[in-house]
Amino acid sequence: MPYSIQINGKRHTVDVDGDMPLLWVLRDALNLKGTKFGCGAGLCGACTVHVDGKPVRSCQMPVSRVANASVTTIEGIGNTSIGKRLQTAWLDIDVPQCGYCQGGQIMSAAALLTKTPHPTDRDIDTAMTGNICRCNTYLRIRAAIKKAASASSVDVGSL
Amino acid sequence: MAAYFTSDSVRRSVDSFVVSRRTFLKASVATGGGLLLQFALPALARAAAAATEQSGATLNAFVRIAPDGVVTILAKNPEIGQGVKTMLPMLIAEELDVDWEQVRIEQAGLDTDKFGQQFAGGSRATPINWEPLRRVGAAGRQMLATAAAQTWGIPPAECVTGSGKVFHKASGRSASYGELASKAAGLPVPDLKSVKLKDPKDFKIIGHSKRSVDNPLIVTGRPLFGIDITHPGMLYAVFQKCSVFGGKLVNANTDEIKKLPNVRDAFVVKGGDDPQGLVDGVAIVADNWWAANKARESLQITWDEGATAAQSSAGYAEGAVQHAKSEPAVSLRKDGDAKSALANAARIVEAGYAYPFLPHLSMEPQNCTAEVRDGKVELWAPTQNPGPGRKIVAATLGVPESDVVVHMTRCGGGFGRRLRNDFMAESAWIAKVIGAPVKLVWNRTDDIQHDFYRPGGFHYLKAGLDSSGEISAFTDHFVTFGNNGRVADSATMSDAEFPAGHVEHLDYGMSLLPLGVPTGPLRAPRSNALAFVFQSFIDELAHAADKDPVEFRLALLAKSRPGASTAVDEGSLDSGRMSAVLKLVAEKSSWGKQKLPKGTGMGVAFYFSHLGYFAEVVQATVAPSGDVKVDKVWVAADVGSQIINPVNAENQVQGAVLDGLGSALHQEITIEHGRVVQANFDTVRPLRIGEAAPVEVHFLMTDHPPTGLGEPALPPAIPALCNAIYAATGKRIRKLPINTDDLKSA
Repeated sequence: MPYSIQINGKRHTVDVDGDMPLLWVLRDALNLKGTKFGCGAGLCGACTVHVDGKPVRSCQMPVSRVANASVTTIEGIGNTSIGKRLQTAWLDIDVPQCGYCQGGQIMSAAALLTKTPHPTDRDIDTAMTGNICRCNTYLRIRAAIKKAASASSVDVGSL
Repeated sequence: MAAYFTSDSVRRSVDSFVVSRRTFLKASVATGGGLLLQFALPALARAAAAATEQSGATLNAFVRIAPDGVVTILAKNPEIGQGVKTMLPMLIAEELDVDWEQVRIEQAGLDTDKFGQQFAGGSRATPINWEPLRRVGAAGRQMLATAAAQTWGIPPAECVTGSGKVFHKASGRSASYGELASKAAGLPVPDLKSVKLKDPKDFKIIGHSKRSVDNPLIVTGRPLFGIDITHPGMLYAVFQKCSVFGGKLVNANTDEIKKLPNVRDAFVVKGGDDPQGLVDGVAIVADNWWAANKARESLQITWDEGATAAQSSAGYAEGAVQHAKSEPAVSLRKDGDAKSALANAARIVEAGYAYPFLPHLSMEPQNCTAEVRDGKVELWAPTQNPGPGRKIVAATLGVPESDVVVHMTRCGGGFGRRLRNDFMAESAWIAKVIGAPVKLVWNRTDDIQHDFYRPGGFHYLKAGLDSSGEISAFTDHFVTFGNNGRVADSATMSDAEFPAGHVEHLDYGMSLLPLGVPTGPLRAPRSNALAFVFQSFIDELAHAADKDPVEFRLALLAKSRPGASTAVDEGSLDSGRMSAVLKLVAEKSSWGKQKLPKGTGMGVAFYFSHLGYFAEVVQATVAPSGDVKVDKVWVAADVGSQIINPVNAENQVQGAVLDGLGSALHQEITIEHGRVVQANFDTVRPLRIGEAAPVEVHFLMTDHPPTGLGEPALPPAIPALCNAIYAATGKRIRKLPINTDDLKSA
């Protein structure tokens, strides 16, 4: 059946099964490929998006449950000051190796900084524990989050 | 401005790459103007030939210079996170003498006639390309300088270059590469062997950190990986194989599956016996991937599970114990008379070590998009090894290789898994049957249960110490896997394994257990297991001799016995280089100079692999519960005269060290009834952020050609951790993964 979802500030209508996870709606129905499939079981965090500002694993979220919600993905997070600061810090510190998990990492980090603007190492480890980086770039992920936290607010625009 | 000369070290390096007289370079005017340089070199490092099926191939690199001065450089190798898409073009750009900001990088497709070897493996990109790709750049620079000289009517020797421009100081004239490119393209091409290379002190790009070129796309979520490929009319597929390796399909309810919502087709595939190609299974093709994957819940397949169903990890362990009771079936090395030396030893130390099968767990599950049209095949593949992929697709579909086009996408991790291309054969076959573009995506369970695993193994070691505490005899009975006398992939051990060549009386022998489980290279293959065994046992000997573990190792390294060593080649350990990094890591970690709290210890290990010298110290704390926390890691490395891209080099070393620690702490693949027990990240755990300890990296610069960094930092991290646990608790880890229950002190 048709579902109307707000994604990155724009309304989309998709005609899919209600139990289809948001991950696959984003990737296959809406061609937003930044949200990644890693485990299909909510164990790795590669598919992290924000639903009404809260980080969720989109592989575990049926589309029917986000019909009236506002969804932000890695493609849209740069439109927020926190998202932009994180992306900039990620580039400055040269965090990624393969890069596959990094969209999900940034989405979890954005949720963390929204709630805790100046996180400690422990805050970071707790908030980011659900996001696996198989290349083990964790040291730089930690450093980039701190750098983004200490950066002053930035204008949002295209990177 | 740069000065150019060919130093002795460069010349030595050139010789080692065997640049032949057939070396040539072609230039042409690119479509739309500008210079297109196509360079050809003959086969390069002997070492690389073993890593791919290509040998005697030619290497080509493309440099395109647009009239506006933008320089496009093709990155020839697959990018799996090791950073070659940035690093290899840096080599060309440096000697071309352009600013990095002028450079655009494009991923090359598979074309071994143009590019030579194209693979990601063995940490080979640096040693293979360090010299030739700089010569590619230098030849281009020379042509552009000649074009300017001819334009101005001056001798080329009066021209200098810099920042993508040619200058003539005497007349004050200058011209940009963009202006000169068309003229340069018409000039004769210099002999690559004769072109002048920069003095390394003039490097402006090499040795200066350049951030990964794809990062702006990665942090904004743009499509980049194989799994992101999409085509008009594309369908989505899953492929269900037998969970028992080698199982054959008897029948399946494909007619029922076809009726499920959004499913376009479901069909039986009868494949062969080689797990690297197409094997038996059921393909389900749907309008979206989720529907295809969901349809598997209704799938009923009858399998003939075959002989491997009788195999298990427990069975392998029992088999190893039986082998250990008798002499090794095969001798790998015999120096002196170990038996007599053991009989005369003042003290004998004996231990059995074991390590498990391991998965690769690349974050991007295996996938491939394929289209078959009019007998021609086109694939978009996240592969580390596209050449063999093309070959297996051609063989599977019965078409010539020339009818198979392979586009290399960025890979979401590789770790050796994507050196095998089974997913390419599957997607090509499904695309052929369905007659439309198809994206095959494995789910995580497919990925974990149909891998080419790091083989497990067992070592039964015995060593004798003389009255002064020196090793007088050393033996290893290695129980590994293989069928019909042939050792399984990545399950071998070299006869040069340290301390061979450093102990007078030494025996290495091997016995084989039959195996139906596919195996293959995992990051630092063989070394990732052997380092644990040998550097842990050497630690046992140091403690048995009541010697400091660093001093004991330095003394052992110094006891090199050249007569007993295998042929000296690039693969043999240089004791001096290893001793130097060992001393450096001891210094940086304040080894032996700190009083550590109870439950905390430091461990040291070194290992030589992939031409890299690594010594590492781990400080770890073991809680009364047995939980292990790594506090810090120090790394000292010698990978030659130049770190090409420092910002990435540090990232690679830190990642590799943490990768090793993660596998030692958490990972194991268990076989029961011929199938893998683990199915997702809850049962086979990668390291998580809270476990990531600081890793301090020091590079020792030496007068040797630069070598690779994707792998060699990993192996010593594991024994350094185990040795730290011993220092902290007095408990020796002889079996991986580390069982924290055994470390409880309560």
